[in-house]
Amino acid sequence: MSEKRPLSQELTKGLIKENPVFVTLLGMCPTLAVTTLAKNGIGMGLATTFVLVCSNIVISLLKRVIPDAVRLPSFIVIIAGFVTLIEFLMKGYLPELYSSLGIFLSLITVNCIILGRAEVFASKNSVIASALDGLGMGLGFTLALFLMGSIREIVGSGCFWGVKLGALANSPMLIFIMPAGGFFTLGIIIAVINKLANKKPPEEICCEGCPSASLCSKTAEQKAACPKKGEGE
Amino acid sequence: MKELMLIMIAAVLINNVVLSQFMGICAFLGTSKQLKSSVGMGLAVVFVMFFASLVTYPVYKLLERLGAEYLKTVAFILVIALFVQLAEMAIKRFLPPLYKALGVYLPLITTNCAVLGAAITNVDKKYTLAQSLTNSLGTGLGFTLALILFAGVRARIETSDIPETFKGVPATLVAAAIVSLSFMGFGGIV
Repeated sequence: MSEKRPLSQELTKGLIKENPVFVTLLGMCPTLAVTTLAKNGIGMGLATTFVLVCSNIVISLLKRVIPDAVRLPSFIVIIAGFVTLIEFLMKGYLPELYSSLGIFLSLITVNCIILGRAEVFASKNSVIASALDGLGMGLGFTLALFLMGSIREIVGSGCFWGVKLGALANSPMLIFIMPAGGFFTLGIIIAVINKLANKKPPEEICCEGCPSASLCSKTAEQKAACPKKGEGE
Repeated sequence: MKELMLIMIAAVLINNVVLSQFMGICAFLGTSKQLKSSVGMGLAVVFVMFFASLVTYPVYKLLERLGAEYLKTVAFILVIALFVQLAEMAIKRFLPPLYKALGVYLPLITTNCAVLGAAITNVDKKYTLAQSLTNSLGTGLGFTLALILFAGVRARIETSDIPETFKGVPATLVAAAIVSLSFMGFGGIV
């Protein structure tokens, strides 16, 4: 299936067309939790990209070795291994970022984007395509996090990248860096994207790309009813 | 006892797992559409979270003795996946009514970050066994509370007239922001 598409497309599709956060609505927890500062958004995004690329490469190499019945646990262990690696690296070289990301660094393990790409893409495609797919999706995630973080930091604390922005810093809307502001910002961004794309918004969160889709309580009918995203444009 | 009560209240209301810690958002948005599925998912999470912290406590003690605390993420996720799998089989065999109520939600919980999150929080805060269990129970109950409350809110959104662009996910997220805002009111009680 991927052979028909040029490799460059594997890289670029994750940035906008199939952006994991804004279009397929995966990986919401870190998107909402760590984006109080633009810097944290970038840090989290790049850490996830690292894990995503490495796990995609390894899983794609091992796709013939891993038996089908135990593939999900195997994927999770591979991912958790790389998460431990990035935890060590970040603790050693960027201790400040390490403490501000806190528990969400460990929770990259259960980020649905990574498991989703492993299940949907890496376990079926060549190593190079999987690496590019991981890189594209990771950068798309980073972009989304950076956008969220910038908006929340500018509006919520009147700063950008730690630099005060003149009059904005006098009376910032604190609510934006609180949990409620996270939900609000993401809701508005998705609404704006729906408006710009001028398409019918999805009725609900879709099964496409969800690693648990095969286990889930939705009937096959409901799953089929989900619109195929990124293809109808 | 007083200390355990404080941990419980903090976990359910003040640091609500969904609305202020942002864990388990996928499950929160996915299953809060109907009251029935919210209750099922909530109970399944309470169950798994409680027993997962019971199991991960000795695992961490063992890792500590071996000087391998850094393996906690790998070890915890494996133990949780294993426990969920075993629990599913055991419940199916011995408690069919419970399986009927929770069955479909159990496999989804392995990838629910709230469960792994609670286990890691217990370790990071160096809780004792009793404190860990209380914290996990509180976190699970907080998750259920948020889910049930939000199912009610969503039922109202379904029938209201909202702008075309906001239909679906954006309206849900903005509503979640308002519910989250109301939970901020619990901020000062402990």
